[in-house]
Amino acid sequence: MADIRVMRESFLPPKSPPRRHLLSIRDLSRDDVDRLLATARSFERSLEREVKKLPTLRGRTVVNLFFESSTRTSSSFELAAKRLSADTMSIKAAGSSVDKGESLKDTALTLGAYDPDVIVIRHPQIGAPQLVARVTEAHIVNAGDGKHQHPTQALLDLYTIAAEFGRIDGLHVAIVGDVLHSRVARSDVQALTLMGARVTLVGPPTLVPRGIEALGCEVATEIDAIKSADVVYVLRMQHERMQEGANFVPSLREYAARWGITPERLRPGQKVMHPGPMNRGVEIDPRVADAQDALIETQVRAGLVVRMAVLYDLLTHGPVAVAAAAATPLEVA
Amino acid sequence: MLVARNGTKDSLVVAGAHVLDPPEGVDATFDVKIDDGTISAIGTGLERNAHRVVDGAGLVLAPAFVDPHVHLRTPGREDEETIATGTAAAAAGGYCAILAMPNTEPVVDSAAVLGSLLEEARTEAEVPVGFLAAITKGQRGAELTEMGELADEGAVGFTDDGRPVVATSLMWRALQYASITDRPLAVHCEDPTLSRGGHMHEGTVSAELGIGGWPSIAESVMVERDLALAAYEGRTLHLMHLSAHESVDALRRAQAAGVAATAEVTPHHLCLTDEAVRSLDSNVKMNPPLGTEHDRTALVDALRDGTVSCIATDHAPHARHEKEVPFEAAPFGVTGLETSFAALYTHLVESGALPLETLLERMSAGPARAYGLTPPRIAVGEPANVVLLDTAASWRVTEDGFRSRSANSWLLGQKLKGQVALTIAAGRVVYER
Repeated sequence: MADIRVMRESFLPPKSPPRRHLLSIRDLSRDDVDRLLATARSFERSLEREVKKLPTLRGRTVVNLFFESSTRTSSSFELAAKRLSADTMSIKAAGSSVDKGESLKDTALTLGAYDPDVIVIRHPQIGAPQLVARVTEAHIVNAGDGKHQHPTQALLDLYTIAAEFGRIDGLHVAIVGDVLHSRVARSDVQALTLMGARVTLVGPPTLVPRGIEALGCEVATEIDAIKSADVVYVLRMQHERMQEGANFVPSLREYAARWGITPERLRPGQKVMHPGPMNRGVEIDPRVADAQDALIETQVRAGLVVRMAVLYDLLTHGPVAVAAAAATPLEVA
Repeated sequence: MLVARNGTKDSLVVAGAHVLDPPEGVDATFDVKIDDGTISAIGTGLERNAHRVVDGAGLVLAPAFVDPHVHLRTPGREDEETIATGTAAAAAGGYCAILAMPNTEPVVDSAAVLGSLLEEARTEAEVPVGFLAAITKGQRGAELTEMGELADEGAVGFTDDGRPVVATSLMWRALQYASITDRPLAVHCEDPTLSRGGHMHEGTVSAELGIGGWPSIAESVMVERDLALAAYEGRTLHLMHLSAHESVDALRRAQAAGVAATAEVTPHHLCLTDEAVRSLDSNVKMNPPLGTEHDRTALVDALRDGTVSCIATDHAPHARHEKEVPFEAAPFGVTGLETSFAALYTHLVESGALPLETLLERMSAGPARAYGLTPPRIAVGEPANVVLLDTAASWRVTEDGFRSRSANSWLLGQKLKGQVALTIAAGRVVYER
């Protein structure tokens, strides 16, 4: 994982060794991803045991700082930290000093004063994790910043696909829906292409951003474009992000009719994924969501072990330590 | 009307500088003698009398700069800039005159507000400053200001800068009515229904970052509209801070068809592209947003061939805490008065993209002419408005090096070539490095 690119050199004294963060898939190499997925696999085996808690991060502190509502991401980060015996603290914007108008910088400085090892942050604006990284000494994990990145979601999606197909390289993934407002889509396109998959984005022309092909994916408007895909990745229609009168689509009814994923539009064996929460009947037919080929629950389970792997990787200094530990990770304290 | 604080006019000799004033046909090493603020002799081996002598050897002496677009934040946001600090920054940047925008709190939309600013400038301004007044009351885009009275009070022009005049009919009326004054109308071209939700240029970078895109047509459709209105009325128009190649094309077509429109471009649009936004540094967030390399080169070409005749800093100071937030939450705007020459010399002249002579003309005579001001000239009998430039000097832009009250510069930490050594504005030495 890359060190943060500090924008103003004078802002912080240089630290040694450099802190590591997970801010964007763009900062990861293929080796980084392979290492994280391998670590997650060993954690998955550990969760099959009767006592699921590992002593690995005992004495470490993980702060979850959530400025947006979240169920699965915040709960899985909290559980991931607890499974590794770290102390956790969860702060939500509602009910905190943020309600009193405290700036992100001041909130970060306040939490930083407790010397947490990791701050997991979700924020409605791009760059919030970078700002927190600049003003605190913690390792930062981006749990979603605006429409920019959601790197742990992309990693858990890779984990799910790799578990299902035994590979990622050479697969074809169609990502369908509201790409414009989706940090999941951006992270997944980068992660999937990094690992050698072919990606096609499918959706109304108003919801696929101009210029997105530069990421190395294809773009299609017709839903037929999902036919050849091994995986159909369905995005949530984010109406809460749609300003009134923005007219991205004329109606959810027309959207569902044209781009909704129904059993009729899938062929047997085609796998379906969704980052949740789902709008059943809008972007995904309930019959599809509940079918055998849906990997949606697998994704949620993968979220836990992948986030354990991310916390573990950041707090054990450097790839060598992680690689060594990953071979026999469970007994290592 | 430009005003500055009163002060003794200076007498000095700038000796042996490379005097460069292409419109005057001057391009050679001379002494320039200034008596009580007026250029009294240009030649070699001039009598120094008891005058102080400034050694100009190896330096360039040029007409001082004119900035047609500055936000002095006064009244209302004196924590960000004042007339004193903004004009001191201008002096350090080599400027002998600047024009201040009316989007203050309150807006400069009445003779009373304008009069109090002119009064303040008479005691505080280091370099002559002129004030533009708003086109519409409160810049609300509903009712015209009393342009006649504002012009009588001393407004150098009219603009709703910071905002477009959205209603086409109102823009049309403004063009018609402003003709009772001889002051230009300057327009901020932005269709807010297209730019809404945008924080950066819409393109491959915004697509990847997921930052709300601001399409270049948000500017160019308004440029096309306002040029059509100006052509219809046979009036002149000044287009502010152009950023898109589509806008440049529209302007070039209109000029060829006989429309007397002028335009300005900023140093940041000439030096940066939307790739810079990948840093997520709020000091590369401005309105209009940075365009693509195609836009940037179109702007440089237009500046070189004279389609765009002015360089304007759009100096927009912002409080540190307001910029120290995530990119999308940050206000638009960057400072520029103290870095404009060095930035453009480093990025455009050193790279061979623009001749030094052209840069100097677009920073001085070009903007002066666009607003009907007398261009600074290096000629005997003229008031001394000159800048001494050290094109060999390198320096690093640092937060504590500014005279401006704000430090939201896109150049922080960068090393630049080209430095202002001395500025003489209206016959007074206002800056020496």
